[in-house]
Amino acid sequence: MRNKLVYIFLSILAVTTIITSCQNEISLNSKRYYVNGKRIYEKNCQSCHGADGKGLGTLYPPLTDTSYLKLNRSRLACLIKNGQQGEIIINNISYDGVMPGNENLADIDIAQVIVYITNSFGNKQGFYDAETITSDLNNCK
Amino acid sequence: MKKVLFFAVLSLVFNSCTDTSVNKLPILGEREPIEKTVDGKLIIDTLYQTIPPFSYFNQDSLLISDKDFDNKIYVTDFFFTSCNTICPIMHRNMLNVYNKYKGDQKVKFLSHTIDIKYDLPSRLKKYATKLGVEGNQWEFVHGSRDSIFNIAAKSYLVAAYEDNTDPQGLVHQGWFILVDTKKQIRGAYDGTKEDQVKQLMLDMDILLKEEFGDAK
Repeated sequence: MRNKLVYIFLSILAVTTIITSCQNEISLNSKRYYVNGKRIYEKNCQSCHGADGKGLGTLYPPLTDTSYLKLNRSRLACLIKNGQQGEIIINNISYDGVMPGNENLADIDIAQVIVYITNSFGNKQGFYDAETITSDLNNCK
Repeated sequence: MKKVLFFAVLSLVFNSCTDTSVNKLPILGEREPIEKTVDGKLIIDTLYQTIPPFSYFNQDSLLISDKDFDNKIYVTDFFFTSCNTICPIMHRNMLNVYNKYKGDQKVKFLSHTIDIKYDLPSRLKKYATKLGVEGNQWEFVHGSRDSIFNIAAKSYLVAAYEDNTDPQGLVHQGWFILVDTKKQIRGAYDGTKEDQVKQLMLDMDILLKEEFGDAK
C-alpha cells in the first residue's frame, strides 16, 4: 500500500516536471532574449531614448507608444537596422529627426532588442523570434 | 551630568568645524604667484587662471560675449546637435540642472557646438526648442573653429577636436565646467554620470551662497 502511494506520487512529480520544463523552454528563451536585448539597448539605443525609454524632449521619441509599436511590429526590424527619417507621430506628438541605422547589428541582436523594447517601458507584447525577423528584414522597403 | 555637558560641547565644536570647511569650492586651473605692494609692504599673492573674453553667435543669431555672463555663475559644455553618443546623455542631465535654476538671474548655461560646419544658429535654435529650452538663460553658441577649440583646450580644459578616424568625425569630452563671477573654474563634472551631475547642483548652491550670500 505504502509503495503504491510512493509510486503514484513520483509519477505525478515526473509528469509535472516534464510539462513545466517544456513551458520553461519558451519562457527561458524569451528571458534570454530580453536580458541580451537589454545589453544591446544600453549600448546602441539608450543614450538617445533613455534608460526609461522616455526619449528626450522632441529631439528623440519615447518608446512608450504601445499602439505605434503594435501597428508597426513588422517594420521595427527594418527601422532599427536601416534607421528612420522624416516625420513620425508618437503619442500624438510629431518628431522630425534622423535616427541612424544600426547596420552592424546581427539579425539575432535586433530580434533580442525588439523583445526588450516591446516588453519594457510599459509594453507587453511577447516574444519575437529569429525566424520572424528574417522575413521582416526581407520585406524592408 | 558634567560628562554629558562635556560631550555636548565637544560635538558642538566638531560640528562647527565641519560646517565652515565644506562651504567653499576650490579654484581650479593653472595659477602663478605675483608680487604686489599693499600698504608699502611687498606681499605675494596668487593669480588664478580665468576665462578670457569671448564672443559667439547664439541660437537667436545674436552676438553674445563674456559680458553677458558678468555677475553670474555659469555651467558650460561642448557638444554638437547630430551627436548620438554622449551628447544626448549630457543634455538630458543638463536639462535637469537647467530646470532646477530656471528663471534664476544669477545662473546661466553655455553650450558650445564643435560642429562648426553644420550647427549654424538656425540649427541650434531648432535643437534648443526641441530640447524644451526657451529664452536665453541657456545659450547654444556657434563660433569660429579656432575660437571654439582654443577656448575648450586652453581655458575650460576640455578635450575637443576633429578626428577623421571617428565615425562622426568629432571627438569631445563630456565635462560640465562650473565658472564663478570672477570667470574662474570652480568645478568639473562628468556630464554623463548622474551622481556627478547631482554633485554639480550641490556645488552650485555652495557657490551661489559664496558669491551672493544667503539672499535669494
